[in-house]
Amino acid sequence: MIRFESVTKRYPDGTLAVDELSLEAPSGEITVFVGPSGCGKTTSLRMINRMIEPSSGRILLDDRDTASLKPSELRRGIGYVIQHAGLFPHRTVVDNVATVPYLLGENRKQARARAMELLERVGLDPAFGKRYPAQLSGGQQQRVGVARALAADPPVMLMDEPFSAVDPVVREQLQNEFLRLQAELHKTIVFVTHDIDEAIKLGDKVAVMRVGGHLAQLAAPAELLSRPADSFVAGFVGRDRGYRALGFAEAGELPLSDEQPVTLGATVREARDRAQDEWALVVDDDRKPQGWLAVGRMPDAVLADPVTEQLLNLGGTLARTDGSLRSVLDAALSSPSGRGVMVDEEGRLLGTITAGEVLDRIEHRASLEREKAVEQAAEEHLARSDTAS
Amino acid sequence: MTTVISAPASANSSPSHFWGYFMDHRHDDLHYLWLHFYLSVLPVVIGLLISLPLGYVARRYKWTYPPIVSLTGLLYTIPSIALFVIVPPVLGLSSLDPKQVPIALTVYSIALLTRVVADGLASVSEETQLAATAMGYGRLRRLIGVELPIAAPVIAAGLRVAMVSNVSLVAVAGTIGMDNLGRLFDIGRQLSTPDPYYPPIVLGIVLCVALALVLDGAIVLGNRVITPWRRAVAR
Repeated sequence: MIRFESVTKRYPDGTLAVDELSLEAPSGEITVFVGPSGCGKTTSLRMINRMIEPSSGRILLDDRDTASLKPSELRRGIGYVIQHAGLFPHRTVVDNVATVPYLLGENRKQARARAMELLERVGLDPAFGKRYPAQLSGGQQQRVGVARALAADPPVMLMDEPFSAVDPVVREQLQNEFLRLQAELHKTIVFVTHDIDEAIKLGDKVAVMRVGGHLAQLAAPAELLSRPADSFVAGFVGRDRGYRALGFAEAGELPLSDEQPVTLGATVREARDRAQDEWALVVDDDRKPQGWLAVGRMPDAVLADPVTEQLLNLGGTLARTDGSLRSVLDAALSSPSGRGVMVDEEGRLLGTITAGEVLDRIEHRASLEREKAVEQAAEEHLARSDTAS
Repeated sequence: MTTVISAPASANSSPSHFWGYFMDHRHDDLHYLWLHFYLSVLPVVIGLLISLPLGYVARRYKWTYPPIVSLTGLLYTIPSIALFVIVPPVLGLSSLDPKQVPIALTVYSIALLTRVVADGLASVSEETQLAATAMGYGRLRRLIGVELPIAAPVIAAGLRVAMVSNVSLVAVAGTIGMDNLGRLFDIGRQLSTPDPYYPPIVLGIVLCVALALVLDGAIVLGNRVITPWRRAVAR
């Protein structure tokens, strides 16, 4: 656990970078510091491993005051990942990964062997080990950066905008793999980003900071979206937070309609016979949905032709039953037939659902929550007037 | 100083006769070459050792960069003859002390290398420095293990300039009577009465250029060996 106790950072020119910050980053969880530039999030992060010294206040690492530890030794026990990875250009990838074990005086051969394992763990071919950083893409370098931070198996990891310098597709891959890795490793992670979507996706807890180094709100992502503490947080989390909050609502049991799919290779005639409302869903031999076929007005001349992939409309997204209401609604809204396709964990067709049906479910859920919020507000009001009297 | 100027063994004064001149005076010429080599290399090595801390300070405390780099750079404007002459009285050496040449040349090497070391260290990206600190490198270990290796190509480029420039400056010291390839020019001048006598002069030029090429090549090669990562990019 990392605990900030009234930590303030004031620069000699009087700039207040962090103002009386008090918070806890719980063990085994990801705590995200998010905010606009100048909010002191990176400064706060760097005070944890003493790359920046606080002007006042204390930072405790598992109840030990970090100020009582030697900086270089403290740092060797804390993994650190930065934007652009910051790899050592003059060392091979495997030696980059083994940096901290070398510093700790570990046997070089063992450190290398472990570095190779870590490369695989972060999704890199161990053959990359012999290359130099300049021979890797940005995304690959960032994976090496993560492997390097993990090399000495530190309980704590600090990550400073690690995924913001790569393109959106790679970023999403890296984020997903990071979450998968964290599910196995349970590190105590403090993660800095300026991207609220990233914060909400990755954080177990999100600390929203505002310019001048004030903590505006510390909450779980769903709560941040549904109950922003003030207008700054409300503005920062964005306009479509009502829709985004659905990302945290489990899809659960939904009233699915049976779909009569056709298999790739069947004739257009079969597809037309099975189609509902002029659209037929096409699946492969494993019942995995491949796309939609608009068969309603096909001329008789093509009815004997086989259904091929080239004919399909691929516009619809798929929603998994273990996904969120947001993905179910998106599947319905994006489907060319208006019927959102639901699949199981293996990606096999379960049934379809329309946007109207999803909205009914959302509305039902929301009415329960409204009820709860009304009760809660009344209780809070009572509690407040109790302490006042 | 010890050499007695001998009359040319043959009367051939053509510039292309330098090889014959070399064969006739092999012993002296090889001695000059060795001294020239030694006087070219030693000051660069010592100059680098002095420039490393100076350049490091100029890089680490940014306000010291302009004064350190301009002051050391100014040293290079002192004419070499003047420096050779002024070193002995300033350091209390005898005017014929053989140390005056390497000391003066070390000054020139410092003039060239201090800026190069500072700029080489500045070529280490901020992310790399930040990452090194965050990994738990101490200051000295970071300098030796991370910053200097990354600065090596820039420093090597500066060493090449300093080395080649030293080869030519050493020859200047020959004209004030110090033994090295520069003596061949002096000998050529003395033998050029009444008619011009070219062989020792051409030999001096050829050996200086050859020595410069060899030393330059050695630095290039050394740099290639310690920076395999520089070539990896092109693969």
